[in-house]
Amino acid sequence: MPETSDPAAALGPLYEARKGVYPKAVDGFFRRFKWAIMAFTLAVYYITPWIRWDRGEYAPDQAVLIDMANRRFYMFQIEIWPHEFYYVAGMLIMAGIGLFLVTSAVGRAWCGYSCPQTVWTDLFQHVDRFVDGDRNAQMRLANGPWTAKKIGKRALKYAIYLFVAFWTGGAWIMYFADAPTLTVDFWTGQAAAIAYITVAVLTATTFVFGGFMREQVCIYMCPWPRIQTAMMDEKSLLVTYKDWRGEQRGSVKKAAKEPEAFGDCVDCNQCVAVCPTGIDIREGPQIGCITCALCIDACDSVMEQVGRDRGLIDYCTLDDAEAEKAGEAPTPPIKTLFRPRTVIYFTIWSAIGAAMLFTLGQRSRLDLSVEHGRNPVYVQLSDGTIRNNYVVKIRNMETRPRSVNLRISGLDDSVLWMAGGTRAQAGNKLTINVAPDSTGKIPVFVAAPGDGPAQTSFDITVESQDDAEVGDSDEIVFERPER
Amino acid sequence: MMAKNKQVDEATGTDFVGHEWDGIEELDTPMPRWWVWTFYLTIIWGIVYLILYPAWPMVNSATKGVLGWTSRGELAAEMSALEKERAPILKALADIPLKDLPANERLMQTAIQGGQAAFKTHCVQCHGSGAAGSKGYPNLNDDEWLWGGDMEAIQYSIVNGIRNPDHADTRFSQMPAFGDILSAGEIDALTSHVLNMSERGKLVANGAALYEQNCAVCHGADGKGDRAQGAPSLTDAISLYGNDADSIRHSISKSRQGVMPRWNDKLDPVTIKMLTAFVWSRGGGEQPVSSEADTGADASATGAENAGDQ
Repeated sequence: MPETSDPAAALGPLYEARKGVYPKAVDGFFRRFKWAIMAFTLAVYYITPWIRWDRGEYAPDQAVLIDMANRRFYMFQIEIWPHEFYYVAGMLIMAGIGLFLVTSAVGRAWCGYSCPQTVWTDLFQHVDRFVDGDRNAQMRLANGPWTAKKIGKRALKYAIYLFVAFWTGGAWIMYFADAPTLTVDFWTGQAAAIAYITVAVLTATTFVFGGFMREQVCIYMCPWPRIQTAMMDEKSLLVTYKDWRGEQRGSVKKAAKEPEAFGDCVDCNQCVAVCPTGIDIREGPQIGCITCALCIDACDSVMEQVGRDRGLIDYCTLDDAEAEKAGEAPTPPIKTLFRPRTVIYFTIWSAIGAAMLFTLGQRSRLDLSVEHGRNPVYVQLSDGTIRNNYVVKIRNMETRPRSVNLRISGLDDSVLWMAGGTRAQAGNKLTINVAPDSTGKIPVFVAAPGDGPAQTSFDITVESQDDAEVGDSDEIVFERPER
Repeated sequence: MMAKNKQVDEATGTDFVGHEWDGIEELDTPMPRWWVWTFYLTIIWGIVYLILYPAWPMVNSATKGVLGWTSRGELAAEMSALEKERAPILKALADIPLKDLPANERLMQTAIQGGQAAFKTHCVQCHGSGAAGSKGYPNLNDDEWLWGGDMEAIQYSIVNGIRNPDHADTRFSQMPAFGDILSAGEIDALTSHVLNMSERGKLVANGAALYEQNCAVCHGADGKGDRAQGAPSLTDAISLYGNDADSIRHSISKSRQGVMPRWNDKLDPVTIKMLTAFVWSRGGGEQPVSSEADTGADASATGAENAGDQ
């Protein structure tokens, strides 16, 4: 068998040069749904950094702000410090499990509707239609000679691509600094170099990914379709061509002559023409299908024109497809939706969410950590008293200045004071002012009688003056000379 | 052999190299283009670098490079940039009177940090890295001061040194070596008396009289010492040269003459000011003895009480 002796030749090349995809404009329920999602996601992306949120005079008034320079993450009324980064980790885990949940419940809905690659590709394809016209005009222009008109149209199209890409990159940096200030700084050349670099990189990636690579990103670069392929089961929602109804394909004229020989598919190729990834859904489920459902819209409108039932191409699970083929009733959607898998994903997802909300509500915005001075470990004073030095770090995580009380307890006859004060006036309590939204680092001295064990554990406690319930405590050792 | 070299692999259209191991042959696959171009680019980069930067070793040095770059020059530029950045705060530190420094939180913090750095360079050799000293070298963390522990006194000690032979303003005191003056028995009696002053020795008959005659002039009748003369207190728990009987006996008979260099000829006034702030902040720092300071202390005491009431 000479034709199978070379496996590489039998498989064909592993990489195929990109064939142009010129999706046709279409209207219908899913197209309108996509418009709505596109408007919503783009609005969220562009507008969010401009929402103001009053936090008082000591914190930025931007609702969503990732303040790298000051190491703060603001999201509406939530403020996250670097040591609370697990909230961000928790959000990412929720986003991951959320993707699993969505995939198991409604298939590749993320890919089809809200993935940035899908949204921006859709946007760029509208730009194509705006400049070059619909599918046929685009194909004619692509295959035609380089006339002045073509050059003009290409220049205009790429200029719009670049404008959209630049606007995309420009919006991204607004999340990392005060948006109005950064906008002024950016255009007057005063912004940080990293701002210009970020905009340049994101402009380039948006221009290339949205303008030229498009469906190739989904098929060759993105790991998510591959992971989803492994996650699919017979109850996953897929865009399905109902071949048992559609085959044998034939035009309306042919079908009129021999009604028995032909199915409902009129072989008009509209499902292929509108597909943004350029696949033929009639070949069955495939990795190129992002389940955007535009072929459903196209097919439904054709079916209406020829007077046949809608839904030749439709959202359908593999189980339902089998049932329908065998003439049985499909599983009710509610049963497909609430199955162990989706319930387990939802339980995990909501448990993490509830745990995060609970800890967010419980977290103390006043935090203490005490470090014992090791050089020297202790100091003997002239009256024989032993003094230890500590560095107390008080984190005031509220955006207002606070007076806090620092107390020591569990060390007999001990007193506490700061540099500038004196032992004679010291008691077991100190009042310290901590600047808003910052960590105060205060060296303190603790003295206790010289006769005692070499090491004594005691507590240093910090509490807010206006609410004694709010505070933190740290156990630390007091050292004396060995006897 | 040549004929075999010319053989071409049917599947890929690539030449064979001509090597064969048990029927497995090696293909002469060309380098990827991007790799080759990257390689050429590195060569061009290398040539440009050779021209711009010091690179080619000569007998005594290396070629200078067109840009005239040197690592020493880079360091000098960085240092001068740093100096420029620090100039305003150092100016402020130079201008502020010493007594106002502790109240200025920002300048005080700068002074303490800068003083710590200077301390690590100039002072740790004797006073130790934690300023805790050792026998004969004062512990700067405690509340015992031979010459005074307020900012002015500390600065004076740093500026002028102690028993500095070439400096008229240096702090100076000289305890006689009583081994040449008193008998061994009398020194033993004095040792017991001094030990008794810090409540650790037996009272001996002639101790008080010997102390009165020989020591009270400087150390005071009550043994509390005198800072004006650098005479240490004999009544407390810590002692620079050790407070066991042997150390005290040695101090009485041989005398101790610790020396500290003056720093006004080595360090600039701002550095000395920063060192003062650092030493003062170690825990033993005292408020200046004056009426002004007393009211200040009262005010802070009242403040503390108020804070306690809330």
